[in-house]
Amino acid sequence: MEQIHWVRHRWQQLVAAESGRGRYSAPDAVPTKSSPKLHSAQLTGKRRTVIARHGPYQHEYDSVSKGCQGNGIRTTKYSLLSFIPMNLFQQFHRVANLYFLFLVMLNWVPVVEAFQKEITMIPLVVVLIVIAIKDALEDYRRYRFDQKVNNNIATIYSKKQQTYVDQRWQDVRVGDFVRLSCNEIIPADMLLLYSSDLHGVCYIETANLDGETNLKQRQVVRDLPQGSELTPENFHSRIECENPNNDLSRFRGYMEHPSNARVGLHNDNLLLRSCTIRNTETIIGIVVYAGHETKAMKNNSGPRYKRSKLERRMNMDILWSVVLLVIMCLTAAIGHGLWLRNLEEASFLIPDTTSPALAGFYLFWTMIIVLQVLIPVSLYVSIEIVKLGQIFFIQNDVDFYNEYLDSRIQCRALNITEDLGQIQYVFSDKTGTLTENKMVFRRCTIAGVEYPHEENARRLEVYKQEDDEAMGRSHTLKSRASAKSLSCKSLSCNRSSVSLHTLTGHSEGEGEETPSPTLPRHSAFSSPMEKDVVPDPFLVQKLNCLSSPLFLLADASMELTYIVDFFMALAICNTVVVSSPNQPRHNRIGVSRTPLKSLEDIKMLFQRFSLPRFSTLSPPHTTESTRSFTEHGSWKGAWSGLENSNGAQDLPCELGADELIYEAESPDEAALVHAARAYHCTLRGHSLERLLVELPGMGNLAVRLLHILPFDSTRKRMSVVVRHPLTKQVVVYTKGADSVIMDLAESPKGAEQSESRQGHIREQTQKHLDNYAREGLRTLCIAKRVQTSTEYEVWLKRHAFAETSIENREELLLESAQRLETNLTLLGATGIVDRLQEEVPETIEALQRAGVKVWVLTGDKQETAINIACACKLLRSTDHLLTANCGSKEACKALLLELRAEMECGEAAEGTSGFTLVVDGRTLEFALQEDLKGDFLELSRCCRAVICCRSTPLQKSQVVRLVQDQLQVMTLAIGDGANDVSMIQVADVGIGISGQEGMQAVMSSDFAISRFKHLRKLLLVHGHWCYTRLANMILYFFYKNVMYVNLLFWYQFFCGFSGSVMTNSWVLIFFNLLFTSVPPLLYGILDKDVSADTLIKLPELYKSGQNSKAYLTSTFWLTMLDAIYQSLVCFFVPYFAYAGSDADMLSFGSPINASSLLIILLHQVIESRTLTWLHALLLMGSALFYFSFTLVFSVVCVTCSPPNNPLGVDKLQMSQPLFYGVCALTTMLALLPRFLFQALHNSICPSDTVKAALMDQLNPDDYCRRMQRWNQTQAQSKTRSLVINVEDSDIKVPDPDFRLPSELKEGSATTGSLLS
Amino acid sequence: MMASSYNAKEEDRHQPGATGHVGSGTMTNKMPDNTAFKQQRLPAWQPILTAGTVLPAFFVIGLLFIPIGVGLFVTSNNIKEFEIDYTGVDMSSPCYSCSQSYSWNNTKSCTCSVPFSLDQPFESNVFMYYGLSNFYQNHRRYVKSRDDSQLNGDKTSLQSPSKECEPYRSSDKPIAPCGAIANSLFNDTLELYYIDPNGSRTAIPLVKKGIAWWTDKHVKFRNPSGNNNLTVVFQGTSKPVNWRKPVFELDPSDSDNNGFINEDFIVWMRTAALPTFRKLYRIIQKKPNNMTPTLPRGEYILEVTYNYPVRSFDGRKRMILSAISWMGGKNPFLGIAYITVGSVCFCLGLVLLSIHYRYGKRNSADISS
Repeated sequence: MEQIHWVRHRWQQLVAAESGRGRYSAPDAVPTKSSPKLHSAQLTGKRRTVIARHGPYQHEYDSVSKGCQGNGIRTTKYSLLSFIPMNLFQQFHRVANLYFLFLVMLNWVPVVEAFQKEITMIPLVVVLIVIAIKDALEDYRRYRFDQKVNNNIATIYSKKQQTYVDQRWQDVRVGDFVRLSCNEIIPADMLLLYSSDLHGVCYIETANLDGETNLKQRQVVRDLPQGSELTPENFHSRIECENPNNDLSRFRGYMEHPSNARVGLHNDNLLLRSCTIRNTETIIGIVVYAGHETKAMKNNSGPRYKRSKLERRMNMDILWSVVLLVIMCLTAAIGHGLWLRNLEEASFLIPDTTSPALAGFYLFWTMIIVLQVLIPVSLYVSIEIVKLGQIFFIQNDVDFYNEYLDSRIQCRALNITEDLGQIQYVFSDKTGTLTENKMVFRRCTIAGVEYPHEENARRLEVYKQEDDEAMGRSHTLKSRASAKSLSCKSLSCNRSSVSLHTLTGHSEGEGEETPSPTLPRHSAFSSPMEKDVVPDPFLVQKLNCLSSPLFLLADASMELTYIVDFFMALAICNTVVVSSPNQPRHNRIGVSRTPLKSLEDIKMLFQRFSLPRFSTLSPPHTTESTRSFTEHGSWKGAWSGLENSNGAQDLPCELGADELIYEAESPDEAALVHAARAYHCTLRGHSLERLLVELPGMGNLAVRLLHILPFDSTRKRMSVVVRHPLTKQVVVYTKGADSVIMDLAESPKGAEQSESRQGHIREQTQKHLDNYAREGLRTLCIAKRVQTSTEYEVWLKRHAFAETSIENREELLLESAQRLETNLTLLGATGIVDRLQEEVPETIEALQRAGVKVWVLTGDKQETAINIACACKLLRSTDHLLTANCGSKEACKALLLELRAEMECGEAAEGTSGFTLVVDGRTLEFALQEDLKGDFLELSRCCRAVICCRSTPLQKSQVVRLVQDQLQVMTLAIGDGANDVSMIQVADVGIGISGQEGMQAVMSSDFAISRFKHLRKLLLVHGHWCYTRLANMILYFFYKNVMYVNLLFWYQFFCGFSGSVMTNSWVLIFFNLLFTSVPPLLYGILDKDVSADTLIKLPELYKSGQNSKAYLTSTFWLTMLDAIYQSLVCFFVPYFAYAGSDADMLSFGSPINASSLLIILLHQVIESRTLTWLHALLLMGSALFYFSFTLVFSVVCVTCSPPNNPLGVDKLQMSQPLFYGVCALTTMLALLPRFLFQALHNSICPSDTVKAALMDQLNPDDYCRRMQRWNQTQAQSKTRSLVINVEDSDIKVPDPDFRLPSELKEGSATTGSLLS
Repeated sequence: MMASSYNAKEEDRHQPGATGHVGSGTMTNKMPDNTAFKQQRLPAWQPILTAGTVLPAFFVIGLLFIPIGVGLFVTSNNIKEFEIDYTGVDMSSPCYSCSQSYSWNNTKSCTCSVPFSLDQPFESNVFMYYGLSNFYQNHRRYVKSRDDSQLNGDKTSLQSPSKECEPYRSSDKPIAPCGAIANSLFNDTLELYYIDPNGSRTAIPLVKKGIAWWTDKHVKFRNPSGNNNLTVVFQGTSKPVNWRKPVFELDPSDSDNNGFINEDFIVWMRTAALPTFRKLYRIIQKKPNNMTPTLPRGEYILEVTYNYPVRSFDGRKRMILSAISWMGGKNPFLGIAYITVGSVCFCLGLVLLSIHYRYGKRNSADISS
C-alpha cells in the first residue's frame, strides 16, 4: 500500500514534466551549501541568452527566446476539458480504486455476478466523485489565484507607442523592459538596469518570498549609462545567464556589450518576482526569467507526502483483512461445493451441469463481491478527510498565533498529523530555535583588556524579568491556580476565558507595572533591549581621552588606537542598511556630502592618536573636554557639547540622531552597530560607495568603501575594505568566528615591542573568549589590516577577474578573499547574548516528562552549547555530564567504551538524575562511521539528552537518520535556518521555525511554527489528539466493516453458501457509504479523550501515543473479536426469533440491518470520549436517515431493485412489535461485553489517559489537588524507576505510603498510587 | 511622493499593536477566530464508563428486561400451535405411497388422508400453514430467477421475460410467470375435516383470501391490463414447465384471485429467509357466534392432494395450525432471551456494585480528603 502514494506522486511529476507550461515543479531538493558540485554541473553548457524584446535585434529575439516561457503562470493541474479524463486517470492510480474497479468488472462476469451491475459501481462512483470534487475545488482555487496574479498590471515598454504602457503580468515576456515604482511588486525575475537612486541602488523587500522583512539592497548592473532613463531601443547588450533554477541566493551571468566588453552579473543585480520595491522612486529592469521559470515559482513546491507510522501499521492490518476475506470466501466456496454434492435434485436448483468444485470456484469470486466491504477501502478517503479536519483545527488554534508576526502555524504536510503524537526523539537546532536569535551586545574585550559592562548586564536582567512577566502572565495565572484553589476555580470553571487571557495577557494590566508597551521590544531590531547598550564606564573614560588635551602618553594612545579602530570596525564592517524615520534611506547619504566645517581639525586630532608621532598638535577644543566623564549621567551632555563645538553640522541630523534605524541581514551585525553607537561611533549612512560614520570628537566622517567581502559559512568571516578617511590608507576590517580570526591574526613583523604586544593581546583575548563561551555568549573577533597601495592594486586586479568570471566564480572569489584576509591585527572580541525564547525551559521539561528525548544539534562552541543547555533546563545540576572530544577514530572508539563504563558505574551511584552526552563535530564524524555508530547509539540511548556542538548541516541529518533507522523510533527535527534543512527533511516530522533567518527551513518543513514553545502544545495536545482520534477511527472502521460483513457471512450457512444476501443490495451498499460514514469522520476530527489543559499539565499522557497504546496489535484483534461477537449476536438473535416462521428474506434482514445500525452507532457512543451536539446531531441524523430511507424505499420501490424488491417489507416490519423487541435485545446483548469491559477496565486498572479524563470531570478544587498529587507521584516514581534500574530486582520501598509494587513493575509511566 | 510613502511605513512600525509585515500593503490579521468550535471547546458530555457510572444502567436494563421477557414468554406459551408432518417418509405414514413418485408432471393426482387430534381447542382465528424443510428458497440463483416487472403486469415483460429467468424463460413461447421460483410453486392441496364424535366428517371452511400482503396483492402483483379475460391476456405465453395448468387457471372461480394476483402464488413468490420455513396457506375464521371454539378439541383428518415432490432433496412437508398474538407466532426464544439477558445484567450490576465499592472508594476518598 505504500506504493500508492509513491505512484501517485510519481505520476504527478510526470504530468508536470509532460505539460508544456509546467506547473508546480516536483519538490526539488532544497539547495544546501553542501552540494555546490551539483550546481556547477548544472551550469555548464546550459545557459540562457536574453536580448531586449524591442531592441535592435528583432529577428534574433524570436530565435533566442523561443524556449523561454511567458510570464503567465498556471498552477492548476487540469483544464476544463481535461478535467474528467485526467482526474480519472490519476485516480485509477490508487490501488484502492483499482480494487473497486476489479470488483465492478468481476460483477460483469455472469457466473459470479452477485448484485446488479449498477450497484457494485456505486462505491467506486461515490469515491471517484468525492475525490474529484475535492480536486476540482482545489484546482479552482488555484485557478482563481492564478487569474488574480496574471491580471496584475505592470508597466512595460511598448515599441508601438514608444513608451511604457500598462500591461497584464501574463503578457510580460523575457526581454521586456519593465518600469516599476516604489511599493510595486516585481512581476518577473529581472536584471536591474536603472534606478532613480543616484547610486544605482534599489531596495527590495522579500517578505513575500522568504518572510524576511528587512530590506535588501540591489544594485544596477555596472558600467551602464546612468542618470538618464535608458531607452530600450538602444539596448544593444546581450545577457548570458544560467538556466532557470531554484537557488534564491545565487545568480550568475554576464552582460556582453556591443563592444564585446563583459560585465559580470550576480545576485545583487537580480530583482526577484513577488518581491516589493521599497524606497526607490523608479527602477527599470529587463526580464530574464518569467512565469514558471522565476526563482519564486521554482521554489514553490506543493505539499509534501510522507507516510505516517500509523498508516504503515494500518496497511498491515488491511492485509490481515484481506487474509480474513480470503478465508471467509474459501469457507463459503468449499461449503458450497460440499453442499452441492450432497444435493441431487432439488426443485429450487436451476438445472446446471457445473461440477460442485467449479461451482465452488465461481462462488469464491461471488463471495468476494458480496463481502467486498471487509476491505475498508473507503477508509483511505475517510482518513484524508479526517486529516484535513484535524489540520483545520491545528491551524485555527489561537495558541499558535503569534501577535508580533501575525502568523499562525502552517501545516505544509497534510497527512502526518498523527505522527505528532508519537514522537520519541526531538532534534533541535539551538540558535533561533531555542533562542530568540536576537543578539544583544553584552561585553567586549579590546586589546587584551576586558570591559565587563556590568551596567549592561543589569539592564539585560531587568528586560528579562519584565519580559518574563509579560510572557508568563498567563503562566503565572496557571501556576497560581495550582497554589490557590480559589483562582483555580475561576480558571477551570471558565476555561474559555483563560485562553483569552493567555492571548491578551501581554497588554492587560501591563500599564501599571511597565509603562512601555511590550510590542516594539519584539519587532526586529527595534527593541530598546537591543538598541540601548549601556556603555562600560571604564571604556568610556578611556575613549574620552580622545578629546583630552592632557593625553599624550604613547603607550596609552596605542591602546586608544585599538579602541577607536575596534569601534570603527563594529560600525562599518557590516551590510547594515541605515534609515531614519524622517527620511528615506537613500537620502541619508546626502548628508555625507555636506562638507565638514572643521574637517582639518579633526583630521589632526585623529592623526594624533592614530600616529602617535604627530601627537604634539594642539587640540582644537579645550573648554568642554576638561569635564570629568566618569559619570554616565554627564556623558551624553559632554558629547553633545563636543559636537556643538565641532561646528555642529545640520540640526535635522542631530534631531534624528536617536531615531536611526538599522536593518541588518544578520542580527549580530545590528547588535554590534548598536553597541558601537552607544560609544558614539555611530553609523549614520551606508551606501554603495561611501559610509558615513560619526566618531567621538570628530563628527561625521565619510569613509570610502572599496569592497565588501560578504559573510559565508566556509570562511566564517566578513571583511570590508575602506579607504581610511584620515590616513587615506587602505584598511581591511575583518569580523568573524574566533577560531578563524585567531588563526589569521598574525603579529606584524617588525617592531619587537608590538610583536610582544600582539602576542599578549592574543593570549588575553583567548582567555576572555573562553570566559564568554562559558557564559553562553556568542563570540566574534574583530581584526584589521592596513594595506599598502601597491598590495591593494595587485589584489584588486585579481579580484576583478574573479568577479567577472562565470565559471568557478565562487572558488575564485573565495581564494581572492583569503588572499586579503591574512596577517590581521587582532583588535578585540565581542560577546553577544542570544536570549532564550520564552517558555523554552518549560517546553523542554514538558517534553522530557513526556518521554521525549531532546537532542540539541548546534554549530556553536561546546561551552556555549552546554551553557544554553543548562539555561533551558536540558541539563540539570544533578546530571552527569559525559564529554566526548577526540582527535582520531581509535581514540573515539576507546572513548566511547570508556564513557559506557563510566555510565555504568555512574548509574550505581546515587544522586545523578541522568546522563547527558556532549559530542563535538570532530568526534561525531568518527562516531557516525559504520563500525562505531553502534557504540555511539548504545551510549546515547542511555542518555537523557545529547548535545552535539560544532556540527555541520550534513552531520545533523546523519545523526537524525542514524537514530531514526537504527532505533526504529519516531523523530522530529526542529530548526530555523538553512543549515537545518537537511535535518528537517530527513526526520519523520520536520518543523520549521519562521524567525529571523528566512524561510528556508519553513519551506522544507512539514509544520512551521513561530516559537519553540508552540512545540509543547503541538505535540502534547494536538499530537496526542490527532493520534488517538485517528487510531480510534481506524479501529472503528475495521470494526464496523467486519461487524457488518460477518452478518452476510453467517447467512451463507443458511442459504447453502450460495452468496445470497438477506438485505436489499442498495441498502447493503449504502450502509457503509451513507448511513454509517459520517459519524466516524466526526469522531476522527472532534473526539477529545483528555482536555487540552490537562494534557499540557500532565505531559506523561503523551506516552500513550509514543507506545502506540491506542492501536496495538492486541487492540486490533480484540476489536476484531468484538466485531465478530457482535455480528454473531446481531445475526443469531433475529435468527432464533424468526426461525421456522413465515418470514421472507427481506423481513428477516430488516431487523438485522436495523439493529446492526444501532449497534454500530451506539458502539461509537461508547468509544467516544466527548459527545457534543454535533455528535448527537449526526448520530441521530444517521439513524433517522437509515430508517426514513428504508421506509420510503419500501413504499416507493415497486419493481425496482430485483430480485430483492423491498416493497412493503420495512413498512410492515416497523409496524410490528416483534421488530422492536428483536432490535432492543440484539443491540443490548451485542454491546454488553464492550460496555462491561470498558467499565471494568476503567475502574480496576484505569490507564493514565482515563485517570486524566476523570480528573477533567472533577470540580476545580479537587482538580488542583489531584494535579498536585499526580505530579508528586510522578516525581516519586521517577526516583523509584531509578532504583529499579539500579537494583534490577524487587524494589525496596523506603516510603511506606508507596506500596504498589505490581504497578511499578510495569514501568515508571504508570502512576498507580494516584488512586491509593 | 517618496517621502510620504516612507512616512506611512514608519507609522506602521511605530503604531503600537500594529502587526503584520511592515508596509507589506495588506494588513490582514491572521488571528484565528476564538470560537468554541474552532478552539475545540464545544461544551461536551464526556461519558467515562466506570463501575460507578454504568451501575444504574445495568440495574435498569435488568429490571426492564426481566418483566418484558416474562411477558413475552407467557404470551408465547399461550399461543396454541399444532404441527403435523405429512411427507410420508415412514412406511407407516399414509402418504408414503404418494411420496414415492418424484415427478412433477404426474397427471394422475395422488391423495392421502392424515388423521390427527387436537388436545386443546383453538379459540380465535386459526392460521393454517404449510411448512417445508431443507428447501433453500433463499438460494442466490433461485431468488434471482424471477421477473418482477412481468409480475407487475408489464406487457413487454410478459412477452419477453427477463434474462434472469433462464432456463425457465421460454419453452417455445415465453413462460408466464417465468423463473425458477414460479416454476416450483407449491401445488399440494390441503383440506381439513373435523371428525365428529359420532364419526361424521365436517369440512372446515378455509378462507383463501387475505393470506398475502396487501401491498403485494394490490401493488406489486398485477395481471396484464387491457382485458378482463385472462385467457386472452395470457395468450402467446406458455405455462411454467412444472405446472399442470396455466397461470390464468389458478383460481378460475374468482377473477380477483386468478392469474398473477392469485394469493397462493403471491405467498410462494415471497421467498423464505431460511431453509426451514412455513407459508400461510389458509385462514380458519372464528365462528360468528363466539360460543364454540374455532377448532374444538377432537379428531381431525387432513386431506392432502400430494403433488409436490420433496423426497429427492430430503425435504419435509408439514401442515401447521397456529394462532397468532401481538408479537407473532409461537416462539419462546425471545422471552427466554429477554429474561436471561435481564438477569445477567442484574447480576453484573451486583458485581459492579462490589467493584465500585472496592475500587471506586479509592477515588472518592482521594477526592474528599
